[in-house]
Amino acid sequence: MDPFNVKLWRDLWRMRGQALAIILVIASGVATYVMALCTLESLKRAQAEYYEQYRFAEVFAHAKRAPQALEARIAAIPGIAQVQTRVVANVKVQMPGLTEPATAKLISAPEPLRSALNQLHVRKGRYLEPGARDEAIVSEGFAEVHGLAPGDRVQVIMNGRLRELVMVGIAVSPEFIYQIREGDILPDDRRFGVFWMNRDDLASAFDLDGAFNDVACTLMPGAAETEVLRQLDLLTQPYGGTGTVGRADQSSNKFVMNELQELRGMAVIVPTIFLGISAFLLHMVISRLIGLEREQIAALKAFGYTRYEVGWHYVKLVLLFVVLGSVLGTVVGAYFGELVSGLYRHFFRFVALRFYLDPRVVLSAVAVTAGAAIVGTLATVWRAAALPPAEAMRPEPPATFGPSVMERFGLQRLLPESVRMILRQLERRPVKSLLTCLGIALAIAALILGSFSLDAIDYAIDAQYVAAMREDLNVLFTEPSSNRALHSLERLRGVRLCEPFRAVAARIGHGHAERRVEILGLSAEAELHRLMDIDCHKVPLPAEGVVLSEKLGEVLGVQVGDQVQVEILEGQRPRVELPVVGLVNDFAGTAVYMRRDALNRLMREADVISGAFVAADAGALDELYGELKNAPRVAAVSIKGAAIQSFRETIAENILRMRSFIVLFAGVIAVGVVYNSASISLAERGRELATLRVIGFSRAEVSLLLLGELVLLTLAAIPVGMLLGYGLAGLVIRFSYDTELFRLPLVINRSTYGFAVAVTLAAALGSALAVRRMLDRLDLVAVLKTKE
Amino acid sequence: MMNADQREAASQPVFAAEREAVFQARAITKVYRMGEVEVHALRGVDLDLFAGELVVLLGPSGSGKSTLLNILGGLDVPTSGTVHYRDHDLSKFDDSALTRYRREHVGFVFQFYNLIPSLTARENVALITRIAEHPMKPDEALALVGLSERADHYPSQMSGGEQQRVAIARAIAKRPEVLLCDEPTGALDVQTGVLVLEAIRRINVEIGTTVAVITHNAVIADMADRVISLLDGHIASVRINSAKLSPKELAW
Ligand SMILES: Nc1ncnc2c1ncn2[C@@H]1O[C@H](COP(=O)(O)OP(=O)(O)O)[C@@H](O)[C@H]1O
Ligand SMILES: [Mg+2]
Repeated sequence: MDPFNVKLWRDLWRMRGQALAIILVIASGVATYVMALCTLESLKRAQAEYYEQYRFAEVFAHAKRAPQALEARIAAIPGIAQVQTRVVANVKVQMPGLTEPATAKLISAPEPLRSALNQLHVRKGRYLEPGARDEAIVSEGFAEVHGLAPGDRVQVIMNGRLRELVMVGIAVSPEFIYQIREGDILPDDRRFGVFWMNRDDLASAFDLDGAFNDVACTLMPGAAETEVLRQLDLLTQPYGGTGTVGRADQSSNKFVMNELQELRGMAVIVPTIFLGISAFLLHMVISRLIGLEREQIAALKAFGYTRYEVGWHYVKLVLLFVVLGSVLGTVVGAYFGELVSGLYRHFFRFVALRFYLDPRVVLSAVAVTAGAAIVGTLATVWRAAALPPAEAMRPEPPATFGPSVMERFGLQRLLPESVRMILRQLERRPVKSLLTCLGIALAIAALILGSFSLDAIDYAIDAQYVAAMREDLNVLFTEPSSNRALHSLERLRGVRLCEPFRAVAARIGHGHAERRVEILGLSAEAELHRLMDIDCHKVPLPAEGVVLSEKLGEVLGVQVGDQVQVEILEGQRPRVELPVVGLVNDFAGTAVYMRRDALNRLMREADVISGAFVAADAGALDELYGELKNAPRVAAVSIKGAAIQSFRETIAENILRMRSFIVLFAGVIAVGVVYNSASISLAERGRELATLRVIGFSRAEVSLLLLGELVLLTLAAIPVGMLLGYGLAGLVIRFSYDTELFRLPLVINRSTYGFAVAVTLAAALGSALAVRRMLDRLDLVAVLKTKE
Repeated sequence: MMNADQREAASQPVFAAEREAVFQARAITKVYRMGEVEVHALRGVDLDLFAGELVVLLGPSGSGKSTLLNILGGLDVPTSGTVHYRDHDLSKFDDSALTRYRREHVGFVFQFYNLIPSLTARENVALITRIAEHPMKPDEALALVGLSERADHYPSQMSGGEQQRVAIARAIAKRPEVLLCDEPTGALDVQTGVLVLEAIRRINVEIGTTVAVITHNAVIADMADRVISLLDGHIASVRINSAKLSPKELAW
């Protein structure tokens, strides 16, 4: 073998402790990168394949009742490729074992044809028998939580009549990869499901024979979607159309896309930290090695090795670290990626979500890592390579020590001799000390980053769902109703307080920006459902005008005082200009609020309500749920506590799992930084420390000198790390958690800081002990014999 | 091929004009600038080195010996003056030309050996032979310095003298035309020093390599063909040594 390569491997073996630490840090960076980006890629592929194979539609519209003849006119809209009309209805479902009412969306199943849109993939059981009545296929999420199997029966209230449906199959659909009730923020598989039935069966139950109330279409390649949506809207409008949506606004798709964006943020920020740290560790180790080999480098150059040959030798060493770290990181990343993808199977119902180890991701991970490593070491390597051989023949001048800052301020008498020695040592290598401190701080920051989102979510849920919204449930009537419906609600046992609301679908726009929203009309003196900023300041709701989510204001580019165009998509579909009278910094969705009386006036209707927020006595809830289940005018009931609980169960579990990965990796960082720093100090100062031992210092005293330095640096790193963690968390929020669907406040609990610091201290302590053992075993004679 | 005795005879004191000059240095000066201060390490040196001779550069510490040797070896360039190696003007070479020159023609031995600690003796030699055009086998070079037995040992397992002999093997394995040794025995005791000098002499005699040895130890001068004394950046004297001794005979 080439003696240069022999040297490479022997050098690596000689510093195996440090090398292992660095390789692990590199592996952590590569692993998080591979895990996050490959999971992202796997999700994207699963989504794309699913959409493609099961022919997910691109534009959707809903109406009250449109004649079948409209289908041909829709198909004639330029740009529309294929039209599929359907019958859709929201109903209440009676699930045994569930006291509270559940709702289901009934959809006429697509024909079992290859050309049909939004095709179902039947996981269990069979497809619907053509023409069969009382048969349904149930969505997988709902079937799983309720333990439904093919052949089971479910009671549904359809158009006021109780019907018993046979679940013949369990299926997934590209329309419901993320199964969420329209308008909801949190998914709740227990209380919301999708049932597909034969169209005739459904149409006759809802008096829609020869008609449809929902349509899904695909577009021709290159079609102008906005124009198609506009035309589709015009066509459906006379039949009670409530506006059209493109794929980007389709509920399930929107959530999937949102998740992809969050994942992308994590895939960028966390690995960047790891790679930065590995670059720094490599810098430390390579500088040290080159410092030791100065004279050997000079000799090689004297013998005619060029600077490039010498430089390449060290670059090869760096690349060896990179390759070893990348291989390990890819293996670990792929393994964790499998696990994470497994978690996603509970959120996202794809036909198949296979973890795909994308070679491009792996290659880019290696390239980025190698780039960072080379950037971290290039200057040192180049300086060594360019060393004039004659210069290097003389040994490096001895280190210059000066009085430390403390001493210059005349504080030395306050400090014991050993502390002064430590401070001088720190000041002698300011860059190394600074970088070590920064490295430990980054480990703390990475830990905070891995954990804070749980704090933020908890805070957001508390602020919005507990402090601002004090209702226990909200009841939606089947139709806009009068105050009488409210009074009958108030009379139910257990109801403490009822607060009516009016909700209408609308389009809101300013300039070119436009969003489809729901305007929520609230009472003047709302006690239950209140508008509150994320930091718990109440936002007033003026008598006129609209209050928008701050995010919606940002999207539309409006501020308080601006006018927005509002087009109501129900009733007589009035169009008006309204002033923005307030912005509310909330955490989810793009809400629009008005006073209910103002909204009623806008709708040119009397005192009409869509539903009510209800506060109830905890003891009477079961009875109340029973009543609501059977109340014919009640279309749906959302139970706040249940939604929060199910959300916490799923999301929190996911975050905790991710967090355990990051804790592992951040621990590796802390160990890598501290261990490397200590062993380099030991190597550099072995002679000095051995001398001290020979002249009578005890082991403990000598350890104190070496480790005291690290203790000081670690202590200094704690506040820096907390600050960095806070800043990086802010960055992650901007990158990942600031979408139209969700926004998280920058909230980090004290316990999270404590946890990050504790893990880092433990890792630092562990590596300090390892170095202490090395120090104890220091062979005094051998060290003193070596040159340098 | 001459035998050892014939060689011995050919390197008897000779007159400059009769011999082929390997190096011709004319009026070279070297000034180091350290901030405000100028250090005149060489103040106009004329020097010829002839093929096959063994020259000792003698002088007190700081007299400019290393500077001169570095310039001859292409590790450094003079501030003024010219240095010819055969037909090439080294003072006009750029860094890569100097590198090529060192690679092809020069072997160095340093006071502190500068071996790679993580490589065995053989590997240390092989590291240099791999970039040479017609090198010896590393084992052959080690045999020349009497270290065949230690080929698989690491520097840390050898004494200083042995390490220096490995360094000599490393320097001569590529069959350089000149061997430049800067205080090769400076860090060694007498007995070990003798072994090292013996190795150097053997290279000079058996391979015919032109050798320059720097020392501040006047005793060593007795093994040279010529002794060039430096003082304060000048050549103070050149002495042709007619009573050349072998290192074993040197009177320490
Ligand atoms: N790189 C350098 N920078 C500054 N001064 C130098 C440098 N190299 C040598 N010198 C100075 O030049 C003079 C001659 O040095 P050197 O050739 O090493 O002497 P010698 O080898 O005879 O002891 C000394 O005064 C030395 O300090
Ligand atoms: Mg010298």
